[in-house]
Amino acid sequence: MTAPLDAPHVDVDSIPLDRMDVSDPKLYQDDVWWPYFARLRREAPVHYCRQSLYGPYWSLTKYKDIMQVEVNHQVYSSASELGGIAVEDQPKDMDRPSFIRMDPPKHDEQRMVVSPVVAPGNLANMEGVIRERTARVLDGLPRGETFDWVDRVSVELTTMMLATLFDYPFEDRRQLTYWSDVAIANVRSPDAPVHSEEEKFAELTKMTEALGKLFNERAQQPPKFDLLSMLAHSEATRNMPFREFMGTLSLLIVGGNDTTRNSMTGGLMALNEHPSEYQKLRDDPSLIPSMVSEVIRYVTPVIHMRRTATADGEIGGKHVKKGDKVVMWYVSGNRDPDAIEDPDNFIIDRPRPRQHLSFGFGIHRCVGNRLAELQLRILWEEIMQRYPVIEVMGPAKRVYSNFIHGIRSLPVRIPA
Amino acid sequence: MPKITYVEYGGREHRVEVPLGLSVMRGAVDNNIPGIDADCGGECACATCHVYIDQEWLGVTGMPVPGSQEASMLSFAALAQPNSRLSCQLKVSEALDGLVVRLPEGQH
Ligand code: HEM
Ligand code: FES
Repeated sequence: MTAPLDAPHVDVDSIPLDRMDVSDPKLYQDDVWWPYFARLRREAPVHYCRQSLYGPYWSLTKYKDIMQVEVNHQVYSSASELGGIAVEDQPKDMDRPSFIRMDPPKHDEQRMVVSPVVAPGNLANMEGVIRERTARVLDGLPRGETFDWVDRVSVELTTMMLATLFDYPFEDRRQLTYWSDVAIANVRSPDAPVHSEEEKFAELTKMTEALGKLFNERAQQPPKFDLLSMLAHSEATRNMPFREFMGTLSLLIVGGNDTTRNSMTGGLMALNEHPSEYQKLRDDPSLIPSMVSEVIRYVTPVIHMRRTATADGEIGGKHVKKGDKVVMWYVSGNRDPDAIEDPDNFIIDRPRPRQHLSFGFGIHRCVGNRLAELQLRILWEEIMQRYPVIEVMGPAKRVYSNFIHGIRSLPVRIPA
Repeated sequence: MPKITYVEYGGREHRVEVPLGLSVMRGAVDNNIPGIDADCGGECACATCHVYIDQEWLGVTGMPVPGSQEASMLSFAALAQPNSRLSCQLKVSEALDGLVVRLPEGQH
């Protein structure tokens, strides 16, 4: 990992251990998080931060400790009422429950409503549409001039996918991108699309009304195979309270959008930073499926997930008390040398490339993980048929967030 | 060593010997049998080692205990059937010699 040249240099080892606070969104915007976690994994793999902007919290930095909490949802809860799944709680009167912020049994009932849309059979049906669109987007790219990969490729492709999953009017699809950006925005960031929790709630209210209209229409029509129709026709989801409906829409928009978008961008960056891997790919495009998993590990599009302890317990020899916030730092577990060999290297032909934490594990494991892999596989298959070289021309602009590992823009050039 | 037969979705059969004490999942992965992904490496945390057990073997393998981690992970596998198991939770024993498992259309 190389930090951008303009990032402030901090001697991580000189910070008192109990003052280490990896929840600072600036660490991810400046892309300087790596040495913080290297030190925690070494000196305090289960670490308690007493004071932060988000209150006290535990950090899990090792793969096996994260796995232990992922599979123990009985003790480590995702419930919105307890604070949910991010180190920062949603404001009490504006919290937006959805099944990712629920425990069984309600989580299970709602997850089962949407999961058929991303099941193997349906993915096979979608492959043709995804490939045709990907080809069209790539064919339209300029040669011999610098352009923004995020806007022209990553956002465009993931937004088209979202519009299809929701059966949303195709020409208005960038509206979905906007709502996704709003939903994940850190309101303290100067370049965020909204600047207060109230403003965010107001924009998401507009989203809920717009999609709610389509939802109501589809409730009157025979069931179809899109997310809104599936929600509208299922017992578990047809009568959600307003804020839960809002939360569910946000989850489905953000879940399928930002994460895949950032993998599309991060993969191109990783290949440019590792020219010998890029060459390996040109020499043997059959490595694409394995490279896709490696990209998702290396990029780690979701920085962390949080749980709340509902009973006293022990993790990695530390006593975690009922009510404590427990943060699983996927960025760190994915770089844990005890679980993954040579983890800081980007290696496109690793053995067992899917053994990474980027999709989480346990009952909340990403429902869209095979769809994300499919989109990325098709993208790289189509890229390699057209453009053996795509050069990164300057640094990426990253998002101010400790939750979504976002890349806002990346200047690239396809040689003429 | 017990022999286990894995039948790919397309019908191709693989009959392999799997050492006692390993899981049925491990037997597939170690022999590079396609169709069992095992993303979590056997922690019962991903459901991508999903298999169908041939009817006559259900009495031997048993079913997941209701309410167990295996049962809840399986309940999210889109293609789960009453004879579904997660193969990482099946330990190879002499009693499983001759077991036949069928693989789903895809792992998810
Ligand atoms: C590279 C792309 C993606 C990454 C890295 C990613 C990551 C994640 C992670 C870390 C979780 C939570 C896991 C946990 O708590 O253990 C999750 C859950 C989820 N993801 Fe994804 N995701 C991606 C793509 C998608 C796509 C394409 C969709 C939708 C079509 C999607 C929909 C969801 C949903 C609905 C959940 C909630 C599942 C639950 O709570 O049961 N994700 N994802
Ligand atoms: S290998 Fe993950 S559940 Fe069996």
